[in-house]
Amino acid sequence: MDFEKLTIPEIHKQFHEGKTSAVELVERAFEVIDKKEKDLGSFISLDREEALKAAEKVDKKIARGEELGILEGIPFALKGNIVMKDKIATCGSQILENFVSPYDATVVKKLKEAGAIVVGMSNMDEFAMGSSTETSFYKKTRNPHDQTRVPGGSSGGSAVAVASGEVVFALGSDTAGSVRQPAAFCGVVGLKPTYGAVSRYGLVAMASSLDQIGPITKNVTDCVLVQRIIQGPDARDSTCVKDKRNSSRYDLESIQNLGVKDLKIGVPQEYFEKGLDKKVKEKVEAVIKLLEKKGAKTEKVSLPHTDYAIATYYILSPAEVSSNLARYDGIRYGYSATVDPDKKTDDLLSVYLESRKEGFGNEAKRRIMVGTYVLSSGYYDAYYLKAQKVRSLIQEDFEGVFKKVDFLITPTTPTLAFKLGEKLDDPLQMYMSDVMTVPSSLAGVPALSLPCGIIEKDGKKLPVGLQLIGNYFEEAKLFQVACAIEKLVNK
Amino acid sequence: MPIDKKQLQHLCKLARLTIEGKQENKFEQQLSEIVDYFEKLNKLDTKKVKPTAQTTGLLNITREDKVDDSLSQNEVLKNAPDKQEGFFKVKSVL
Repeated sequence: MDFEKLTIPEIHKQFHEGKTSAVELVERAFEVIDKKEKDLGSFISLDREEALKAAEKVDKKIARGEELGILEGIPFALKGNIVMKDKIATCGSQILENFVSPYDATVVKKLKEAGAIVVGMSNMDEFAMGSSTETSFYKKTRNPHDQTRVPGGSSGGSAVAVASGEVVFALGSDTAGSVRQPAAFCGVVGLKPTYGAVSRYGLVAMASSLDQIGPITKNVTDCVLVQRIIQGPDARDSTCVKDKRNSSRYDLESIQNLGVKDLKIGVPQEYFEKGLDKKVKEKVEAVIKLLEKKGAKTEKVSLPHTDYAIATYYILSPAEVSSNLARYDGIRYGYSATVDPDKKTDDLLSVYLESRKEGFGNEAKRRIMVGTYVLSSGYYDAYYLKAQKVRSLIQEDFEGVFKKVDFLITPTTPTLAFKLGEKLDDPLQMYMSDVMTVPSSLAGVPALSLPCGIIEKDGKKLPVGLQLIGNYFEEAKLFQVACAIEKLVNK
Repeated sequence: MPIDKKQLQHLCKLARLTIEGKQENKFEQQLSEIVDYFEKLNKLDTKKVKPTAQTTGLLNITREDKVDDSLSQNEVLKNAPDKQEGFFKVKSVL
């Protein structure tokens, strides 16, 4: 069976018609993994036996004639920073090499209850800090469309696992574009939900005012189905919205059929200026024209503080990182110099210093230092407080524009996937690759990336990602438009 | 450069990190470049702008004060590198 091309509802139908079984699907997933993993490196760890056992249970249900839930028997990948009971969650860092989680993240609990099957933990930039998955302690992940290029990051392993057919879907986490940018580079769909829509309980914290878990899928329909399961209030995460705004009752049929007639599309000029690859621009503009033909109304809009988003983000996020990563001290869990025979530790301070020196990679250290700097006495007002104020301006930009239009359309990234190693030694250049995804993260609004075409480069076909940004909790509208674009582009 | 050797070592001390040898120059240069880039925010007048710490507008989220399930002491200590009689073992502070 060629499940790489099927949507989740199509697989579900095949289960019930007896055309395939859950075991067959999981076996097929591992067949693909066995074949491709050596080159692509999407996973930090795999769980073949348990996945097969879970699949057998699903097949027994089918044999008994029971109705399956829509995600039942569907194999997926979990990003390495989302914890699962009794499994190692490394976050791509050496410091958590042996950390076994004593509990399930809320999203994992929900997906397990829905019957989805975890295949393994995917590779990522260390503690989700990076845009290329190159800062992982464990391995490099390669772009399946051109193995000399990065898959994007930080959820690079998840995006590659989906794009290469190793799994049907994956979860990622997005703080500044970490779901959307790898989805764009790998030619798959990725959603960063509204901040507060999905519980972060069990997502290892990077920058708590920005982190959101989101699905990475082959198509928009699958994205809706996964989001429907993972979204919603959670008493264990006080930042997860509990009121009626946070509803995940997405009506798939209307999402698929409503189209874009009479919707107002905002085209923010700041996203189409200097630094944008000309061919990427052409692809996105071509989609805008197609939407106009289908009856959507377009309007040029401005988000005047866009240019300040990267500086704002790289003050606020490292500040939060520096305090969140203070917990890795070699005392309660994670790598500890105390029990390392090669290390000498006389007092508590040396345990801290030696454990953190050994356990963290360079990018984690850089961000902790930047965060410590902007929060330190004498610099707090000039940097941290200033950035918090600019964050208000950026948020106001979005609030203003959504009074006029239904959603915004932009490229997801200014360029195509870049080469491995190209930006690794130039942190500032690496940070700039988040330029189109950072502003919506700072504002907390939802944004979705989907493939909108292919550009040939060095004889390889590289995907282009288009980003839709919506107002708070208007994921349904993003899905609706994304479905319409998917149909138009795939024609 | 905004971050010289002295500043770098001060930050290391605050953050309990160690940067030494060749790494020192590299970090000095990279961190300075990053911090220099932040200067662009000074072009904006933010005197009358209120700071944003979070975007949902949620306030004072509490739960009822009642005992709920939580991890057992054993589960909590399972990952501890060094422990004794149900406690985390810590080296002397001084």
